[in-house]
Amino acid sequence: MEYVIEMLNIKKKFGTFYANNNITLQLKKGEIHALLGENGAGKSTLMNVLFGLYQPDGGEIRVKGKKVDITDPNVANDLGIGMVHQHFMLVENLTVTENIILGSEPTKMGMLNIKDSAKKVAEISKLYGLDVDPYAKIEDISVGMQQRVEILKTLYRGAEILIFDEPTASLTPQEIDELIRIMHKLIEEGKSIILITHKLQEIMSVSDRVTVIRKGEGIGTVITAETNPEELATLMVGRQVTFKTEKGPSHPTEEILKIDNLVVTDYRGIEKVKNLNLSVRRGEIVGLAGIDGNGQSELIEAITGLRKVKSGKIIMGDKDVTNKKPRQITENGLGHIPQDRHKHGLILDFSVGYNAALQSYYQKPFSSNGLMNYKEVTKHANKLIADFDVRTQGEHELARALSGGNQQKLIIGREVDRNPDLLIAALPTRGLDVGAIEFIHKRLIEQRDQGKAVLLISFELDEVMNVSDQIAVIYDGAIVDTVTPAETSEQELGLFMAGHNKSEIVEGSDGAVLKVGDDDHV
Amino acid sequence: MSNRLINVLVPLISIILGLLVGAVVMLVSGYDPVAGYIALWNGIFGDSYAIGETIRQISPYILAGLAVAFAFRTGLFNIGVEGQLIVGWFAAAYVGMAFELPKIIHLPLALLAAAAAGALWGLIPGLLKATLKVHEVIVTIMMNYIALHLVNALIKVVAKGGFKTDKIQDTASLRSDFLSELTDFSTLHYGIFVALFMVFIMWFILERMKLGYELKSVGFNENAAQYAGMSVKKNIVMAMVISGAFAGLGGAMEALGTFGNMSTRAGFTGIGFDGIAVALLGANTPLGVVFGASLFGSLKYGANNMPNAANIPIEIVSIVIALIIFFVACGYIIRVGLQRIGKNKEAK
Repeated sequence: MEYVIEMLNIKKKFGTFYANNNITLQLKKGEIHALLGENGAGKSTLMNVLFGLYQPDGGEIRVKGKKVDITDPNVANDLGIGMVHQHFMLVENLTVTENIILGSEPTKMGMLNIKDSAKKVAEISKLYGLDVDPYAKIEDISVGMQQRVEILKTLYRGAEILIFDEPTASLTPQEIDELIRIMHKLIEEGKSIILITHKLQEIMSVSDRVTVIRKGEGIGTVITAETNPEELATLMVGRQVTFKTEKGPSHPTEEILKIDNLVVTDYRGIEKVKNLNLSVRRGEIVGLAGIDGNGQSELIEAITGLRKVKSGKIIMGDKDVTNKKPRQITENGLGHIPQDRHKHGLILDFSVGYNAALQSYYQKPFSSNGLMNYKEVTKHANKLIADFDVRTQGEHELARALSGGNQQKLIIGREVDRNPDLLIAALPTRGLDVGAIEFIHKRLIEQRDQGKAVLLISFELDEVMNVSDQIAVIYDGAIVDTVTPAETSEQELGLFMAGHNKSEIVEGSDGAVLKVGDDDHV
Repeated sequence: MSNRLINVLVPLISIILGLLVGAVVMLVSGYDPVAGYIALWNGIFGDSYAIGETIRQISPYILAGLAVAFAFRTGLFNIGVEGQLIVGWFAAAYVGMAFELPKIIHLPLALLAAAAAGALWGLIPGLLKATLKVHEVIVTIMMNYIALHLVNALIKVVAKGGFKTDKIQDTASLRSDFLSELTDFSTLHYGIFVALFMVFIMWFILERMKLGYELKSVGFNENAAQYAGMSVKKNIVMAMVISGAFAGLGGAMEALGTFGNMSTRAGFTGIGFDGIAVALLGANTPLGVVFGASLFGSLKYGANNMPNAANIPIEIVSIVIALIIFFVACGYIIRVGLQRIGKNKEAK
């Protein structure tokens, strides 16, 4: 069969660092070809090369057998290559049609001719079952619909080959199903698709073949039907990956965090945490399970000193830390992996090195007598980079340039390295690939085994089930119940998370499986 | 095209383009651009006197630029440099005039007074921003007017109804016979060394001090800074105070160096506002500010020679100077253009 696109031995260098080194990807006509790799493996770089945003330093690109030189995105467009970006490039307050024609507006005697375009948009939309209203404003339609507009945009411009960059990252499960249906429809109509992702399940369910890259190197291409998620994960990460992290039994000792009748309000003064009681002991991981918005954020902010407590007590060790300043609490032995790594965890415009010192910059050896000692900061950063496998071009690189997984590793390194008695990990694996998730889970368990206490906040049930020794379920600002993973099931947790208590479940009044973990608020 | 080459070419091409368009403006208006530019050149570099005056003009621009740049680096927009400079000018003029002290105490004291006055003028918007979240742009603009008219009133009080303060004592003066003689009796004074020292101070605070690490953290990401245990409020106030102190010293240049007193003013000096452009031209780095201030100071001073030596009206001169600065500020476009040319060459 003929290849529509061949990327042969592509190389792309940034400085001395090879983002792509000898990667070969061959796309057959009418197939869905997945491009799999960890965060930072070089997937986006490769696609940017194909889309003309980067020029390769080696290798060649062929379209329908002919060697081509894609110098900019316009050339890619002319060759029929279209990209559906992960972060949509749409103007919020323009309509669907206006967005689609943006950049090549058809005019009639100098006047914009929207009508014909809208008609064409509607036709394409119908042909592929996209169901998009050409006159709807972008700000009024859902994220899933906006993505379809992106797809329409490429089709409108005559794309034969569509690149989907992490298309499911911000979609709900229903929207994902719809997207898969649309992809199949596109294939039926003779298009070819490259799907960039690190989600294994997705690959298994839609793709025909998979090309795996690892740390910038092409690992190979396999036929989806002949492989399985375990093998793909191994290829991607370069070693066996366990989906369920191994851990021994816990040996909890004394209580390190005690929360007593805590009440916390949000910025509008509405009570978000209501008389909450919680206890975390040394040597155990307590998983706080719950659906987003049930008071988790306010609880963490109260424990870490970022938000005032209305009433109740927070005791850490033997000290009352209620309403203390963040630094006092940190110095009392708290490590914190914040929920939002970009907002709270890192200063993106600071270097990796500066970020590594963010919690301890004011202490010796990083500073003394009001002066920074950047030599020590650098030394410390290099140690963290090595110990926590942060993949970066060096400590001087901006944190912004790191992939999500590596940013998270940097934060975890920084917090764990301070050797805290209590580590709060809020959604520590959100948006990360299996390799990074495994790494982070291992580190949390390692902390536990060293006699530290870990409070894990997560919206993902399997994460909570896998990692925790105790599971506390939060609903509407209070703990519904505390159970151990062995004595519960995902189904039961789901019911707790919906606010049902034990007696109701025993009665069996509600046996429905509850869906949790909608992640579209990222 | 190598990056270094581009870095050299961009300002050069910018200035040449500015000169060309400025020449067109002069031609269209019926004046001789060649004569005009010769007059400009002579006004800046023509003789040692001109050079001395140019350097003298650059000093307050450096300090105003540092004030704006420092605030920018810490996430604040200090548009009140003008007012801070005016109160600094008055404070230095007053301390310089009213006390009789040995020079080794008097001059530093007068400089300190200027810095303190500017700092106070920065403190108020800083406090309002930190405690009540009042936007610093609004407050600093208003503080400019308060500074202007308050200082005018104070001058009348100090001058017992007159319009200018008495000359400062010699012991508070930045004037230098040596520098003056060196430059054919220009008004060049030691202020340039004060300004350059402050360039070092800004670099030192931002790049070497713990305070600088905190200020930059708060400037880039308040949330992460707070999470790391920094006091966002304290840092906002500190940033405005330091920025104001730089601006106040800018005023001291005029009080203790150039003029030796202060007269009531009908309007702003403009130096504080030009400081915004100076900072942006210099990409908010200490050394960049020196470059920006040099450009501004030279053109501003040199332009004075164009009406006399080439009979070009001052209005046209202002347009020409603005055009040159405009093109330098557009350096980004030229940079992109150069990179594209380089790319095409590579492709071939």
